[in-house]
Amino acid sequence: MTEKEESVKLLGFWASPFSRRVEMALKLKGVPYEYLEEDLPNKTPLLLELNPLHKKVPVLVHNDKILLESHLILEYIDQIWKKNPILPQDPYEKAMARFWAKFIDEQILTLGFRSLVKAEKGREVAIEETREMLMFLEKEVTGKDFFGGKTIGFLDMIAGSMIPFCLARLWEGMGIDMIPGEKFPELNRWIKTLEEVEAVRGCIPPRDKQIERMTKIAETIRSA
Amino acid sequence: MADEVILLDFWASMFGMRTRIALAEKRVKYDHREEDLWNKSSLLLEMNPVNKKIPVLIHNGKPVCESLIQIEYIDETWPDNNPLLPSDPYKRADAKFWADFIDKKVNVTARRIWAVKGEEQEAAKELIEILKTLESELGDKKYFGDEAFGYVDIALIGFYSWFGVYEKFGNVSIESECSKLVAWAKRCLERESVAKALPESEKVITFISERRKKLGLE
Repeated sequence: MTEKEESVKLLGFWASPFSRRVEMALKLKGVPYEYLEEDLPNKTPLLLELNPLHKKVPVLVHNDKILLESHLILEYIDQIWKKNPILPQDPYEKAMARFWAKFIDEQILTLGFRSLVKAEKGREVAIEETREMLMFLEKEVTGKDFFGGKTIGFLDMIAGSMIPFCLARLWEGMGIDMIPGEKFPELNRWIKTLEEVEAVRGCIPPRDKQIERMTKIAETIRSA
Repeated sequence: MADEVILLDFWASMFGMRTRIALAEKRVKYDHREEDLWNKSSLLLEMNPVNKKIPVLIHNGKPVCESLIQIEYIDETWPDNNPLLPSDPYKRADAKFWADFIDKKVNVTARRIWAVKGEEQEAAKELIEILKTLESELGDKKYFGDEAFGYVDIALIGFYSWFGVYEKFGNVSIESECSKLVAWAKRCLERESVAKALPESEKVITFISERRKKLGLE
């Protein structure tokens, strides 16, 4: 196979866990790419042209191909660039990784963000419901360095970008200790391990800036 | 080693239909178990503790949850007959994009037609828009997968058995608004796997009429 003139562009946003996880994968695999920062909510004409249906980041452009949806982009990247594979080979393990990925981006995100902020049943109940869901992940990572096993994988990137490097900043801003060490020793250990990975380190949104942003979004949700 | 495959399912679930179709396309023998969703079995609760939902595919004792994940698992585990997903990474991503679009948009909108009071008209209009988008993606192809029936077709076809429900309670004609899509659905129904998996439209309408009475919507 010849080395063609490869062009990889990523449209992203600094605070978006969805585009941050794609950056992690590209960095892990040593893929050179051009990063284009969207100034959300002011979407560029390019973004609207590349993703007319959802109008969201991330968008990966690989040569002439447009890839959308972070999970799908991660899987595509794994299939094109073989170095440091991020998805398991075994179909069952793959199915489990996909299941937990969906769980994080749907259930954990809904409970740990919107539901928590609105706290219609009361804040303590919302916190307990979120913790109940996070307990599933605590079990999943027990006895493993990463969700992916010995090396960082697909699920680590999705969980990492969403939980410690996004939702946790919201929780901090709200004064909530959602995953205390004594209740979630494994998740806390995993977070520390994750932060040591070079491909991850450059993809963590600045803490204070993000706490400020998440707090603002929370206020908007509450007053809606 | 003999494979043991169990499917925990519910006859009217458009998600369960997907898995039934995928297993049939691959000619996988399985034990089909009907769940009473208002009295869930201990097996269901054990195999899907996170969501407690059907369908659940249990392969040699190990559960796989979420219908689209099940289709991919089935395709990867039994690769010999009828590939359901393209092998090309870009085409694969594209197929999964459309299945994801279906999952994010169709049921959420369609449900509002029959399960929520006062939203029928608005929800029906939105559903037609969504179906028109899918129709435009289909274009002049025989199936969403082009020549071969596959993943996106499987993701959407189950909803066809619910079109009668949406038309009745949404006061809309999907047949006239999205005739190409309906033609596609009829082509899919010519396949044995689909014909066997989809319930009769009348049966679904009766079921939902009963549900609406119980929910106090009638």
